[in-house]
Amino acid sequence: MSDVKITIIDREGEAHTIDAPTDMNMNLMEVIRSYELAEEGTIGICGGMAMCASCQCYILNFEHMLPEKSIEEEDMLDQAFFVEDNSRLSCQIPITTDLDGLEVRIAPASE
Amino acid sequence: MIKTDMLIIGAGPTGLFAVFEAGLLKMKCHLIDALPQPGGQCSEIYPKKPIYDIPGFPEVLAGDLVDNLMEQIKPFEPGFTLGERAETIEKQDDDSFIVTTNKGTKHHAPVVVIAGGLGSFEPRKPPIKGIQDYEDKGVSYIIRDPEVYRDKRVVIAGGGDSALDWSIFLADVAKEVSLVHRRKDFRGALDSVEKVEELSKIGKINLITDAEVVDLKGEGELDSVLIRHKDEAREEEVKETDHFIPLFGLSPKLGPIANWGLEIEKNAIKVDNAYDYQTNVPGIYAIGDVNTYKGKLKLILCGFHEAAIMCQSAYQRINPDKKYVMKYTTVSGVSGFDGSKKEAKREVVKSIN
Repeated sequence: MSDVKITIIDREGEAHTIDAPTDMNMNLMEVIRSYELAEEGTIGICGGMAMCASCQCYILNFEHMLPEKSIEEEDMLDQAFFVEDNSRLSCQIPITTDLDGLEVRIAPASE
Repeated sequence: MIKTDMLIIGAGPTGLFAVFEAGLLKMKCHLIDALPQPGGQCSEIYPKKPIYDIPGFPEVLAGDLVDNLMEQIKPFEPGFTLGERAETIEKQDDDSFIVTTNKGTKHHAPVVVIAGGLGSFEPRKPPIKGIQDYEDKGVSYIIRDPEVYRDKRVVIAGGGDSALDWSIFLADVAKEVSLVHRRKDFRGALDSVEKVEELSKIGKINLITDAEVVDLKGEGELDSVLIRHKDEAREEEVKETDHFIPLFGLSPKLGPIANWGLEIEKNAIKVDNAYDYQTNVPGIYAIGDVNTYKGKLKLILCGFHEAAIMCQSAYQRINPDKKYVMKYTTVSGVSGFDGSKKEAKREVVKSIN
């Protein structure tokens, strides 16, 4: 087992470098929730099924190392707001050892 | 006025199962839900997805779970107010409650149970500055009466089914229909996408892709929208219109319940989990995903458990002088309000002479 360091910039702009486990079958959205870096009820609303866009993040590095977007994720981002070219749904990003040093910013919560 | 013993707000799995537990205690239930069908998220968001942690079901589709729950509670004849959102609650002199929906339907009950999950599903509003100022003055997020748009100019934004379907429908009603979408790809039924393409070719829908509505203009009433193209070489486009209808799907909001004087924490309602899942207002309970307490898990199975505990307390509230002990359905069977009776087969005792 091993942890990776991930830097997450919260919605207030504060950066948090945290340890994320690679052996717990967790995704980035779950890591953000486990560290309570976004208010409950404003992130991961659908539970991680790529069916809402509340866990949208901007990927600041390593973009090429992430898994390709599924059709569901593409579709969901299509309906979301504040979408940029580096937008991803964090629930679709499993934490793996490759991601040591990943930096992301949580997208604003939408109305 | 609809009268019942237990008024349940939210017809998701937890709210539905509460009807069963209440029925065993001879309490009648009525449910309110903002969605047009029962089942909550299970029906609205993921009916075809499997759930693996319902005890006794190694695998069950969310939609099937809802169907099973509806079957299970049928003998208890629950009432439904669907497609309406619980808006206000008024405590009466006798400590009962009147809950009124956004459409004015009134419900009267001694016990109110909030099983509202993540809240009611509301249209998502695009983050365009000042959009609130134009609501009902040219901007709407739902189409209630298509006749409103007859011979008017309409701009629809979005790329999902509802944006496609309404563009097609309004192409025959409105004077001019424009569909603005951020990409060239549309998600939605293939039929609808092809139909929009066809209508666009014959000039009945003005299709504007790779573009977004970024601003709204008009004195008091909307008179135009500003469209920005992805291709930065193209200039921003002012499009005159009578109506702007952004259709970006639904997202859950705690909504008016947040103003009912209940203690709220982390977008959820605080309850007494040492006992009966009652809120800080006696007579109002909260069960399932909508509540919170130390160690809360937002699981359907936890909602079921909370429903059973809550019903015992609600029974005591409604019948303060009655003594009661919990009974097993295997022992006592299930007697419905419809006269039906389910029970285990009795062993036949017959002597052989």
